[in-house]
Amino acid sequence: MYKYDNYDQAMVDARVQEFRGQVERRLAGKITEDQFKPLRLMNGLYLQLHAYMLRVAIPYGTLNSGQMHMLAHIARKYDRGYGHFTTRQNIQYNWIKLEECPDLLDELASVEMHAIQTSGNCIRNISSDQYAGAAADEVADPRPWAELLRQWSSFHPEFSYLPRKFKFAVIAADEDRAAMRLHDIGIQLVKKDGVLGAKFFVGGGMGRTPMIGPEIRDFVPAEDLLSYTEACLRVYNRYGRRDNMYKARIKILVHEIGADEYRRQVEEEFAHVKTLGIDPPLAEFERITEYFAPPAFSADADAKLDRSDPDFAVWLDQNVKPHKQDGYSIVNISLKPIEGISGDASADQIDAMADIAERYSFDELRVTHAQNIVLPHVAKRDLHAVWSALRNEDLADANLDLISDIIACPGLDYCSLANARSIPVAQKIAKRFENLDRQRDLGELKLKISGCINACGHHHAGHIGILGVDRKGVENYQLTFGGSGAEDVSVGKIIGPGFDEDGVVDAVEKATEVYKEQREDGERFLDTYRRIGVAPFKEAIYAK
Amino acid sequence: MKLLTGNDLKSGLVIWWTGDGWSPRVEGAVDAGDQGESILAVEEAARRVNASYIVDAEGGMPVHIKERVRAAGPTVRADLAVNPDIVIEKA
Amino acid sequence: MPNNLRYRDDEASDQPLVALDAFPGQSNATAVRIEPGEDARKLIPHLDRLALIEVAFPAFRDGRGYSSARILREAGYKGELRAHGDVLVDQIAYMRRCGFDSFAPDAPLDPAAVESALSNYDNVYQGAADSAVPIWKLRHG
Repeated sequence: MYKYDNYDQAMVDARVQEFRGQVERRLAGKITEDQFKPLRLMNGLYLQLHAYMLRVAIPYGTLNSGQMHMLAHIARKYDRGYGHFTTRQNIQYNWIKLEECPDLLDELASVEMHAIQTSGNCIRNISSDQYAGAAADEVADPRPWAELLRQWSSFHPEFSYLPRKFKFAVIAADEDRAAMRLHDIGIQLVKKDGVLGAKFFVGGGMGRTPMIGPEIRDFVPAEDLLSYTEACLRVYNRYGRRDNMYKARIKILVHEIGADEYRRQVEEEFAHVKTLGIDPPLAEFERITEYFAPPAFSADADAKLDRSDPDFAVWLDQNVKPHKQDGYSIVNISLKPIEGISGDASADQIDAMADIAERYSFDELRVTHAQNIVLPHVAKRDLHAVWSALRNEDLADANLDLISDIIACPGLDYCSLANARSIPVAQKIAKRFENLDRQRDLGELKLKISGCINACGHHHAGHIGILGVDRKGVENYQLTFGGSGAEDVSVGKIIGPGFDEDGVVDAVEKATEVYKEQREDGERFLDTYRRIGVAPFKEAIYAK
Repeated sequence: MKLLTGNDLKSGLVIWWTGDGWSPRVEGAVDAGDQGESILAVEEAARRVNASYIVDAEGGMPVHIKERVRAAGPTVRADLAVNPDIVIEKA
Repeated sequence: MPNNLRYRDDEASDQPLVALDAFPGQSNATAVRIEPGEDARKLIPHLDRLALIEVAFPAFRDGRGYSSARILREAGYKGELRAHGDVLVDQIAYMRRCGFDSFAPDAPLDPAAVESALSNYDNVYQGAADSAVPIWKLRHG
């Protein structure tokens, strides 16, 4: 994993000092809330429905156990004993006190973490594939590229007052585990003639106008990465809409002028920017890449697994994925227990995951955009011990990618923008499908819930999506089918009139029954929906 | 009736105007009548409240679901509720 | 203009500012003003005779002026580059990095706060229009 040098540490330390001064000015009344708000947002501090909420950056979702322990410590000392892992691979705390926030950030900085640019109209935390460095199908580890972008985008003088927020995802495999095409800039690392480079997709996004990012360039070599990215951002900063915040994301610009015209402008800008000397030498790339060298794998490649415990066996089949190194596996820890809250983990659970990672996963953890945790490098011979340790902390639910593995935004239980609650709906659906055999029979079924049109719960990308709306002061839920955030990316479509909370749970159940009747061999819910269309589902769901 | 709500500047916690100060519980809130804006101007300037606003209420309880959740606390964490007895959905 | 800050040693221009639209017709003008939506590149053929370019910031959230400034400096403009309008203390450091060397904020800035904002960070992560050496270059000599 990347390790700060003195330069990186000094930047983060300086930011904490700067924010400490800004908080002091606010508490002393020297600046108004209007003036303070953009400053606190640039440090990830929101004022939510009940209290201040702090979003801490987890660059490309990668953590070591010391950092994970710090997240638990912060949950205990500064919050109410828990944290919420988000779809941007970050963690949020719901009950932070403004006056304590600078001390909290000081403690975070001591483990090379921060909340810089986790809000505001700037370049946000760079997200990536949670299996980076472990997946057999990647052409390279995408994280060095993400780290280079992290440094370039931190305190960028030209791009800190963009028309709107700006999100990157970097992946390196054909299988898209990071919803890459639904980002402002999605980068897929590819090899061309044996050389590694970046394929750029620009103008994707969810929110109230979901769009799939078109390919803008098929290959950007490493030595041009920052110049080309700078050109993409400069065109956006100059021409992105500023008249209407709902039309200010880059997807609207690319859509309005067209991908070809946007590409032409970027190429023109790039030809100029490339002459400025802003690209670091390949030696800097190599310096960063060395930090992501594979750990010292040494496990026996033919380790035999004892599958005699059926609970363990089902967990193996559902939550454990193949590793590129023989003798190792990738372990997914579900943060979706049936009665739980998607993405929430208690301080004790966070500590336990840190301990398990330290002992069994070369000290590394990942956060996934589906609000789960990954232990990227677990020796097969340790899988039973890992499973037992997880089970002791109620972290061994074997529901990865099943209908109860629901992405849900905090919704109206926490969020001041929400129109409806998300968590109770997720809980009721999970409860309805509690039986694991039933879930496994339904197979991969990605259900995603947002409590408002801003789509933090990724409902557009759900095989089944649920959008909470306010209908005359009452919570109402619209159903969408057919979305996907993976390599078969698509945006779900609303199937018809909305439902109340119980009604939407019933409707989901009816949809799964239609799927079971109609599915052909090997088809997922999404495949069947795409083949037969919405009509049979509507007929069953809206039948009188 | 009109209630006044906002957040405590230092702790960020939700507070309600009681007529002579601020309370974390909506049950202590009073009708601000047409004085809401002038009260909030004074209280914001004194930094006794942050991000304050006026809420429509009936019978001492906010009309809109958002402010009822605000008064109750997260409905999915009974252990963290301010007042779990508040009815969120209107009948 | 008591609010002004200037980081230049030369004499300040006292010429009237001409709007970018009107500039091509005024062959003697040496000072021009750019609004956020205007294309700074239109000035590139004329940079040699300009002593002052003022970039308008009607609202601090509108960051187009940062790109205008860099484009002008990248094209070789050496004259005064002034940020005018809703310019706040916490933006001055970024503006300096984009090439602004004078400021005409609507509301006066506390000089101590400006000084502190400009000296907060010892280094920078990326190249821009100033002379700061990016960290990657410090690492690799």
